[in-house]
Amino acid sequence: MHRASRYIAGLVSAGLVSFLIALGTYSATSAAQEASLDQAIELLAARSYARTVEAVEVIATSGVDHAPALLTALTKRRVYLSKDGATAVYRTGRNYFDLRTGEPLKGRPDGVKGARVNNRIRGEIKAALGTLQLRAKDPAKRLSAAEEVMHNKDTSVLPALEKVIAKERDATVKQTLIETRAALIIADAKSTKADKLDAITILEARGKQDALVALRPALQDSDAEVAAAAGSAVKSVEAWLAMAENFQNVWYGLSLGSVLLLAAIGLAITFGVMGVINMAHGEMVMLGAYTTFVVQEMFRTYLPEAFDLSLPVAIPLAFLVAGAVGIAIERGVIRYLYGRPLETLLATWGISLILQQAVRTVFGPTNREVGAPSYMSGGFEFLGLAITYNRLWIIVFTLVVFACLLLVLRYSALGLQMRAVTQNRRMAASMGIRTGYVDAMTFGLGSGIAGIAGVALSQIDNVSPNLGQNYIIDSFMVVVFGGVGSLWGTFVSAMALGVTNKFLEPWAGAVLAKIMILVLLILFIQKRPRGLFALKGRAVEA
Amino acid sequence: MITRHLASLSDTGSRIFLAVLALLALYVAVGNLLVPEGSAFHVPPHVVALIGKYLCFAILAVALDLVWGYCGILSLGHAAFFALGGYAMGMYLMRQIGSRGVYGDPVLPDFMVFLNWQELPWFWHGFDYFAFALLMVVLVPGVLAFCFGWLTFRSRVTGVYLSIISQAMTYALLLAFFRNEMGFGGNNGLTDFKDILGFDIQAAGTRVALFLATVLLLALTYVVARMMVTSTYGKVITAVRDAESRARFLGYRVENYKLLAFVVSACMAGLAGALYVPQVGIINPSEFQPANSIEAVVWVAVGGRGTLTGAALGAVTINFLKTTFTTGALAPYWLFVLGGTFILSTLFLPKGMVGTAAELWHRYRPGKAKPSSSGAVPQAAE
Repeated sequence: MHRASRYIAGLVSAGLVSFLIALGTYSATSAAQEASLDQAIELLAARSYARTVEAVEVIATSGVDHAPALLTALTKRRVYLSKDGATAVYRTGRNYFDLRTGEPLKGRPDGVKGARVNNRIRGEIKAALGTLQLRAKDPAKRLSAAEEVMHNKDTSVLPALEKVIAKERDATVKQTLIETRAALIIADAKSTKADKLDAITILEARGKQDALVALRPALQDSDAEVAAAAGSAVKSVEAWLAMAENFQNVWYGLSLGSVLLLAAIGLAITFGVMGVINMAHGEMVMLGAYTTFVVQEMFRTYLPEAFDLSLPVAIPLAFLVAGAVGIAIERGVIRYLYGRPLETLLATWGISLILQQAVRTVFGPTNREVGAPSYMSGGFEFLGLAITYNRLWIIVFTLVVFACLLLVLRYSALGLQMRAVTQNRRMAASMGIRTGYVDAMTFGLGSGIAGIAGVALSQIDNVSPNLGQNYIIDSFMVVVFGGVGSLWGTFVSAMALGVTNKFLEPWAGAVLAKIMILVLLILFIQKRPRGLFALKGRAVEA
Repeated sequence: MITRHLASLSDTGSRIFLAVLALLALYVAVGNLLVPEGSAFHVPPHVVALIGKYLCFAILAVALDLVWGYCGILSLGHAAFFALGGYAMGMYLMRQIGSRGVYGDPVLPDFMVFLNWQELPWFWHGFDYFAFALLMVVLVPGVLAFCFGWLTFRSRVTGVYLSIISQAMTYALLLAFFRNEMGFGGNNGLTDFKDILGFDIQAAGTRVALFLATVLLLALTYVVARMMVTSTYGKVITAVRDAESRARFLGYRVENYKLLAFVVSACMAGLAGALYVPQVGIINPSEFQPANSIEAVVWVAVGGRGTLTGAALGAVTINFLKTTFTTGALAPYWLFVLGGTFILSTLFLPKGMVGTAAELWHRYRPGKAKPSSSGAVPQAAE
């Protein structure tokens, strides 16, 4: 109960801060907007049709949120002004709103008269409404509005679009607007041949699905030259799209592969060095994820403004927590079971059940909310690929963890001893290496890395007591496929499995793709029972 | 020949085991059907079904003990064989519903009508005949085990590798049976059974008959397994368990010996599943869960690996504990108990309940100095 209330308090204070910030920025922009609305009121108060047209333009470019409602009201003669322009309101349904601020009023103020409109003004308003979003303050909004216009192919917007293009400052938005204009030119029956040819070149360069849709009508153009140009443009866009889809699959595959690698890499160490099947490995991942949750909760309560730091803080803590639990498991249970791998499997499965139930008892059985810091949310577009920051970060993070691990194994004293024990346990012991200590440290290292994996997975998966169960079978597959005891094998196999999975998914469906991967793996093991990169040895039974 | 085989049942363990089974069958049947309801000796119908369920698990455990305890194959695929047998029986029971389903379709089971299927898929044909279904109960797990075992044993996949890929097989089947397109009822599985062989599946008589069939099958499974492990064949698979390479170098075709044990064991598991489904009344994909396979291994480990009787005892004990714990205020602690049992039994009771009891028995009876060695689990071979 106490924890819950602290949690809520943290949320509330974080929300309050962001609200205040939003309020600050809001008042700054609205001052400029209100100035432009004052100008509009002045123009409307003049009560001439010519001035009203100007007023429409001013309102449309003002960027205020209630501009669409205001303009709609104007077409229906529902804008009311006092003679001096001091009071200006508009009506939507039965409610009156202040023209400047858009805030609701109690009722109709006294001494106001409706603004007059004619059909020319209505036409202007209609065009302005169509392009209203194109003039929004936020470039992202303008961008999506441009794509919307391209989608709708409403050629009547064309003249207004020209004006918007002339005014646009943002290079990306301007490019999209030019492409939108190109799409409209093709859709417009009145366009000239030269314009159409230009438009086709522009759309070909865009190289997206919507460009393809926009180009298709030109294929049936009466002019042979235009039709031919459109034909080659469609082909090149299609080829580009096919390639982009492959890129997309590879990207998703690498992303999935890095998740698999993160989950499996700790297992590769414990399995490789000690030949121990650690069924509780997934629970180490889960512990890492819950550590992240606890750390974030602390941040929300005590340091909400530094929330972005929660993940960097959680990473070493998750390593320590999971590593400590791993060492405890090794010292408490596993060391009594060396040489009996099947019994180890059972005992660690028992440990995994206990850990799951313990977490369920402490944190409850439901999913826990783990937030994303600002640098993990959002994304960008690269060569037609939608790349989200969280995936990108996880791939980078995985590579960093992998590199660190390679360095530790290659250059540290512990790494040297671990490799010695992996290759020949008895010989290593004869040379004075404390194999028991190495075992405990190895197990701690493997578990700690699983904990780190949990931090990353908390960003893309539900943090629940079953988190580890979802990864354990996949992790084993990765390790066995790659070859036990070979980190590079694990790396190659995780990426290969990830990419294969994503290439199978589009035509087989997610579940069937997974089944196919499992069956392929079972068959693969028949061919190479020791995996892709087997350690060479001379023993009859490894 | 036959006398020699029967001699394999003359040891104390077998005698006690078969006697206990006979008494149990008699008590449950009489207690349920003849003793009036108010009496303290009355066995209520749900208890009949419950004990029947335990005994199905005991059959599975004996099957698993045959491959793990005597042949050293730690299969995590036995839940799959069990569930496949169950599905085959479930399909027969579904076909028996006929037009009594919710949608009243004379041919298609309810879930197919719900999915707008027009006709029965090809693999459902024949399941309206009990004999065919019974054949499939044995054949489907048997053939799967044969294919899987033939591939893996020939390429000498052993130890934990075999455990992991058999687990992968179970997991793949779990995912497959969850799909509606497979035609096995998807997530919900098969349920709402009405008749078996023309008898009402809910009737007391049918329930007792199913129970007696289970007891009989358990006894039969035990006898077959016991004969296998005490024969020359049994000596060879024990050798394979203890030193596979050595057995191979001595000229035995190790993969064939392992394959026979594996296939027979899978068929037993399938039969256990087939008796499990009518007594429980439902079969769904969760029976394929890898956790179930591991749990079955723990029954064997707790009861005593390589003793057969211990496997059955372990299955009944753990499941009795499970029922006790999961129904009531102790439910949240069940996983602690189960997990603790896993750890403690592997650490402190490597021979299981029966193995340890036998050891104590022999130690404190100086008349018989030599402990029975056939079941003892040896140290790992080099």
